[in-house]
Amino acid sequence: MALSRDELRSVARLARLELTDEQLEMQGRRLNELLARVEELQGLDVTGIEPTAHSIPRFNVHREDVLHPSLAQSEVLANAPEARDGCFVVPRIIED
Amino acid sequence: MAPYTDWSASEIAERVRSGEVTAAEVTEAALARIAAVDDRVRAFLTVTEEAARAQALAVDRAVASGDETGPLAGVPVAVKDNLCTRGVRTTCGSRILPEFVPPYDATVVTRLREAGAVMVGKANLDEFAMGSSTENSAYGPSRNPWQLDRVPGGSSGGSAAAVAACETPVALGSDTGGSIRQPASLCGIVGLKPTYGRVSRYGLVAYASSLDQVGPLARCVDDAALVLSVIAGDDPLDSTCVDAPVPNYGATREAGVRGMRIGVPREFFAEGVDPAVGDLVRAAVDRLCEEGAEAEECSLPSVSYCLSAYYIIAPAEASSNLARYDGVKYGHRAATHTGHIGLMERTRAEGFGAEVQQRIMIGTYALSAGYYDAYYRRAQQVRTLIRRDFDSAFARFDVLVTPTSPTVAFPIGERADDPLAMKLADVCTLPVNMAGIPAISIPCGFLDGLPVGLQIMAPAFGEETMFRVAYAYEGLTDWHTRRPSL
Repeated sequence: MALSRDELRSVARLARLELTDEQLEMQGRRLNELLARVEELQGLDVTGIEPTAHSIPRFNVHREDVLHPSLAQSEVLANAPEARDGCFVVPRIIED
Repeated sequence: MAPYTDWSASEIAERVRSGEVTAAEVTEAALARIAAVDDRVRAFLTVTEEAARAQALAVDRAVASGDETGPLAGVPVAVKDNLCTRGVRTTCGSRILPEFVPPYDATVVTRLREAGAVMVGKANLDEFAMGSSTENSAYGPSRNPWQLDRVPGGSSGGSAAAVAACETPVALGSDTGGSIRQPASLCGIVGLKPTYGRVSRYGLVAYASSLDQVGPLARCVDDAALVLSVIAGDDPLDSTCVDAPVPNYGATREAGVRGMRIGVPREFFAEGVDPAVGDLVRAAVDRLCEEGAEAEECSLPSVSYCLSAYYIIAPAEASSNLARYDGVKYGHRAATHTGHIGLMERTRAEGFGAEVQQRIMIGTYALSAGYYDAYYRRAQQVRTLIRRDFDSAFARFDVLVTPTSPTVAFPIGERADDPLAMKLADVCTLPVNMAGIPAISIPCGFLDGLPVGLQIMAPAFGEETMFRVAYAYEGLTDWHTRRPSL
């Protein structure tokens, strides 16, 4: 099934991608092409088949609870586009 | 060609440790080779001359003072640029990480260094390892050393091109759907994806976490075995890593294939696979049978659904993994924006290339409310069917042998505007990631001067069986000794 332009807009918004009309049109075409290709999966009978999340399942992986040196705050912030007073700077989220 | 650059990793390590050559000499030769050919091959995004010289010096000092030196003493390596390297820019081939300098090393990078290896640079890749040609790299494509107007494959195309062009004897790549094996095949070298959980992914920038594995690329089977022995093993920093003993993979060198049972699954020779490629692979199987192996055709019926299931699962996981690029913690941040949502939306629109955006869109859609069962859950159920097919095949056969890539290297630009055609390049390699099993690609011939690869699959943690067949075939042929003229 093909996605409408409004549905594409909403997917782009969920994905946090600000696409131009032209980009949305191109991405929509490619996405619909791929959805047409994967449509074949709908025809398979998978009743009662357990899903595989990991091919080599592991459960409850524990390690010794020991201290390891961690990165210095300055190292962690070194790659931030904007940092101040030991914090990441983000746009204002809460209005006055 | 500069001296030493044609040597294998094991030759280099042996001669460095015996004092016959110095790590400094070998490193200078690799750097000279890079300077001589990489403007044409474009395998590297970053060359780390100074750090490499310092590391070589440290190895030479250890040798001179009689200290213990590792199995890769003085061996130059290229590292795919989605593996974190402390103090060295790691771009993932993306405009969203133009100047990201990791504060820590990936575990595999640490293990290489502890083994005495000398990293000479970071290799080009498709953006975030999404692609099959390196054409999705924001920094331009790498070239196939056999024919410079063709792709080297991908996504570890820079790693494969560096090894094929004798810039380094070995390299590290990552493989989510074929990203080590397919470029190895297209560049005429050896590349292997280990069992899921065999090698730590700590410090590998995540693409699709249930499929990603790190592995070696090399010019001979023995070097691939050597590097795997170094990087494999449990890591408390990666909870998917499995605590299983790491065997000496090189011990299978002389074992031969007498009595081994080889399955040849017909789905891998079907429509879309160049019949000439299939013929070379079948000829290789015949050659192994002359040495005492027994081969039989078999079938993995669910494999034909693999591409569809993969292109739900991998993008779904990618859309989640790539949510971290928000313009706050690291990487690109849009210069102008409206509010915090607007900041993320514009940053990601400017930073991600078209293919990455596409996969994020597909994944977001497949995971969104109301579609999860129809897409993601169903794809995971199909994955169970694929695993079952492999389980029953491995009840009858020791290994499965197939082509690695359906075609030889294609011209740069040919598939760039046709993402679906590009995705078909991985049709023979995807099933291995979906099943979590190991597989190796080794050269098995040439078509019009371009290399063809043979893929050997083994059951989970059956790397030794896989190596046994790879060693035997390589020993019977001289494909791996041929070099492109550059």
